[in-house]
Amino acid sequence: MKRRHAIVFVRIAVLAGSIIFLEVCCRAGIIDPLTVIPPSEMFASMIDRVGSGEMNASIMSTFSTIVFAFVLAIGFGILAGALIHRSPRLRDVVDPLLASYYSVPTFIFYPLLVALLGLGKAPLVVLGVLSAAPAVMISTLSGLDGISPVLIKLARVHRLSPARTFSWIVLPAALPRLFTGLKLALSYALIGVIAGEFILSGTGLGYDISFAYQSFDNRAMYGTMLFVLSIAVISNGFLYAWEGRLARRRSRG
Amino acid sequence: MGGATGAAPFEGMSDLLLEDAQPRPTPRRRVRAFDTFLLVLTVLALWQTIGSWTKGVAVSPPWQTLVYLSGLLRTWMFWDHAAATLAAFLLAFLLSALIGLALGLLFGVRRFAGDVAEPLLAGFYTIPKVTLYPVVLLIFGLGLSAKIAFGVMHGLVPITLFTLGAVRNLSPVLIRTAKVLHLSSGRTILWILVPACLGDILNGLRIGFSLSLLGVLIGEMFSSQRGLGFLLVNGMAQHNVPLSTAIVTVIVVVAIAANTAMLRLGRWTAPRPA
Amino acid sequence: MASESHVELNEVVRQYDGPPAIQALGPIDLVIDRGEFFSIVGPSGCGKSTLLDVVCGLAQPTSGSVRFEGKELCAEVPEGVGVVFQEDSSMPWLSVRQNVAFGLRTSGLSKKQMTERVDHAVGFMGLAQFADHYPAQLSGGMRQRVCIARTLVLRPRLILLDEPFGALDQQTRLLMGDELLRLWRETGATVLLITHALDEAAMLSDRVGVMSARPGRFIDMIETGWPRDRDSRVVSDREFGALTARLWSSLREESLKAMGRAA
Repeated sequence: MKRRHAIVFVRIAVLAGSIIFLEVCCRAGIIDPLTVIPPSEMFASMIDRVGSGEMNASIMSTFSTIVFAFVLAIGFGILAGALIHRSPRLRDVVDPLLASYYSVPTFIFYPLLVALLGLGKAPLVVLGVLSAAPAVMISTLSGLDGISPVLIKLARVHRLSPARTFSWIVLPAALPRLFTGLKLALSYALIGVIAGEFILSGTGLGYDISFAYQSFDNRAMYGTMLFVLSIAVISNGFLYAWEGRLARRRSRG
Repeated sequence: MGGATGAAPFEGMSDLLLEDAQPRPTPRRRVRAFDTFLLVLTVLALWQTIGSWTKGVAVSPPWQTLVYLSGLLRTWMFWDHAAATLAAFLLAFLLSALIGLALGLLFGVRRFAGDVAEPLLAGFYTIPKVTLYPVVLLIFGLGLSAKIAFGVMHGLVPITLFTLGAVRNLSPVLIRTAKVLHLSSGRTILWILVPACLGDILNGLRIGFSLSLLGVLIGEMFSSQRGLGFLLVNGMAQHNVPLSTAIVTVIVVVAIAANTAMLRLGRWTAPRPA
Repeated sequence: MASESHVELNEVVRQYDGPPAIQALGPIDLVIDRGEFFSIVGPSGCGKSTLLDVVCGLAQPTSGSVRFEGKELCAEVPEGVGVVFQEDSSMPWLSVRQNVAFGLRTSGLSKKQMTERVDHAVGFMGLAQFADHYPAQLSGGMRQRVCIARTLVLRPRLILLDEPFGALDQQTRLLMGDELLRLWRETGATVLLITHALDEAAMLSDRVGVMSARPGRFIDMIETGWPRDRDSRVVSDREFGALTARLWSSLREESLKAMGRAA
C-alpha cells in the first residue's frame, strides 16, 4: 500500500485503538467511573444533550461570541498589519513586541476585563480578540513581506490602478500566509473564549463544563466536553484542509 | 529554521516566530529606543486613564500599582504563592522539555512515526485544552500534581513539534557526513544532530516555557488555593483591585523578560544568516 | 530620421541621494529606431537595469529627457510598452493561460478576442501543452516563456527585456534567443535587450551598445549587419567571432573597473 495511505491507516488505528482501550478499561472497572466515563457514554451524552436542545442556548452564546471575536480579530489584525507594514519606523518598534506577545498568558487579563466590562459577552469577545488579532497581524506582515517586488513592478508595467494592484496582485500574493493567520486566529479565538467562559462566566459551553464539574455531573460534563472538542477539531481541520488545497497549487513540483 | 519567512518546522508555527534582522546601525537603534520609550509612555498613559476613569474598580493605575507591588513584595504571603507557582511551573517545564525532546527526536528520526503523529499533535495544539482540565483534576486530584499535569499538557506539544521539525529538516548531507566519519549513533546525535537543530529546539523550548507557565496559571486560576493564579482570581473576588493588577503586572514582566532572554540566548548560540 | 526614432534619450542622468550620493547612470544619449533590435551589454553594476527602468517609465531620470514615440514620459509606464524582467514574474496563483491573459483584463476586448490572442500567444511560445498547468510545475525557462507570452498578447510596440535568460543554461538560452527573434519578426516591435552575455547580444541584435562601469555611459556602438531572418546558427559565421572580440575588447577594461570597485 502506498506510504501515504499507510500513514493515515496507522493514525486511524492508533486513535481507534486508544478509544477502544479506554472503553474497555472503563467498562471493566479498571478506571473509576467517577473519574472517567466510557467513550461510548460520552458520545451518547453528547448526542442526548445536543438533540434535546438543552445546550442550544449555550451553543448559540459561545458560537456567536467566537465568531464575533474572530471577525473583529481579522478586521483589526489585517488593518493593523497593513498599517504597520507601511511604516518601517512603527514596524521596528512593534516587531519585538509581537515576537514576545504570545509569551504572555492573555487569560490573566480576563478577571480585569470582567471587572471593567461586566460579566457578559464583552470581556469574552475582548479576550478572544486579544488572543487572535496578533496572529493575524503577524501573518499579514509576513504575507506582505513575501510579495516579490517584481510583481509590483509588473503591476506598474500593466498600468494597474492602486485598487487593482491591491486586489489583483497584493491580495493573491499574500493570501497563503494570510490564510495561515486566519487559521490560527480561529483556533486562538475559540480557545480564548472557551477558556474565559470556563474560568469565569455565567453562560456558554465553557461555563457548562465547569458547572457540570462542580456539580459532580460527570455525564453532562463529558458530553459537553466532547462536543466542544469535536467542534474545535472539525473547524480547525476544515481550515487546515482548505489551506492545503490553496498551497498545493502554488508549490507542486 | 524558524523565521517568519523561512521554512517553519511545522505549519502554523512560522507565524509565532518573528526574526529580528541583523544588529542595526546605531542611528536606527537610537530611533527605535526612542520610539519604544514613547510606546511605553503611551501604554502607561492608557493604563492611567483606564484606571482613574473607572475609579480603580477595574484596574489600579500605574503608580498605585507600583506602590502596592513594592509593599506586596515584602510580604511572606506573596512569596509563598509565588514559590508555589514557580515550583509547579519548573516541574511542568522540565517534564515537558525532557519528554518533548525525547519524543521529538524519536519522531524526527523515525519518519513514519513522525508522519503519523504530527497531525495528531498539531491538532491537539489547536483545541481548547482548558476543557480537559476537569479530567486532569479528576485523575490527579486537587493540588500540585494537577497543576503540573496541566502545565505539561500545554508545554509538551510545541516542544515535541519543534524538535520533530528540526530533526526532520536536517540536511541529509550532514547524516551522510556522519556515516562517512564512522560516528556512532550517540555521537551523531550529540555532535551533529543537536548542534544543527539547536536553533529550532530552543525556539520550541521558548514557546513551551511560555505555555507551561500559562497552563500552570490557568490551573491555579480555576481551582487552587495557592499560587499567583489563585491570588489573581481571589483578588478579583475580594474586589482587591490593586492586588489583581499587581499580580498581572508581575506575570507580564516575568513572561516578557524570560521570553526576551531566551530569544537572546537562541540568537547567541545559533546565529542566523541574514 | 526623427520620424523613425522610437525611443530617444537625451542627456539622461540618474542619481541616487545619499549619503553618499551615487550617480548610477549617465549622461546617456540614445536613439533607438522603430523596429530595431538593440542590445546593451555592460559590466555588473553599470546601471543597465536602471537604464531599462528609465526607458519604460518605472524610474524618473534625475535630469535629461526620455521620449517614447515623440512624447516625453511622465511618472508612469506608457501604453504600448512591454517588459520582461530578470526575475520570474509569473504569478503562482494563476495557471499559464490565466497568466498570459492577465494583461488583457484591462484591455476592454471581448472574451472571444481575448481567448484568440491568448491561444495564439500560448501556441507561439510553445506552451500549448501546459496551458492549464501552474508556474510551480514548470521549469525556469518555461516560466520565462509564460512571461514573454504575457507581454506578447498586448501587442506592444516596444519590448524591453532585462537579462531574461540569465537563469537558464546555455543551450536553453540559445533556443530562447531564436524564439525572441521569431517574436521580433512576427510582431515588428522594437526590442531593447539587456544582457551580460556578449554572444547573445552579438547574435541577436541589429546594434549593440557597450556601457562603461558606473556611472554607465555608452563607450561603443556596434552595428552587426545581420540579415533580418537570422537565427542562432549565425554563431558559425566568421563575422560573429570578430564581433564578440570587439565587444569584449571594449568591455574588458570596464569589467575590471567594476570588479575592482566591488573588491
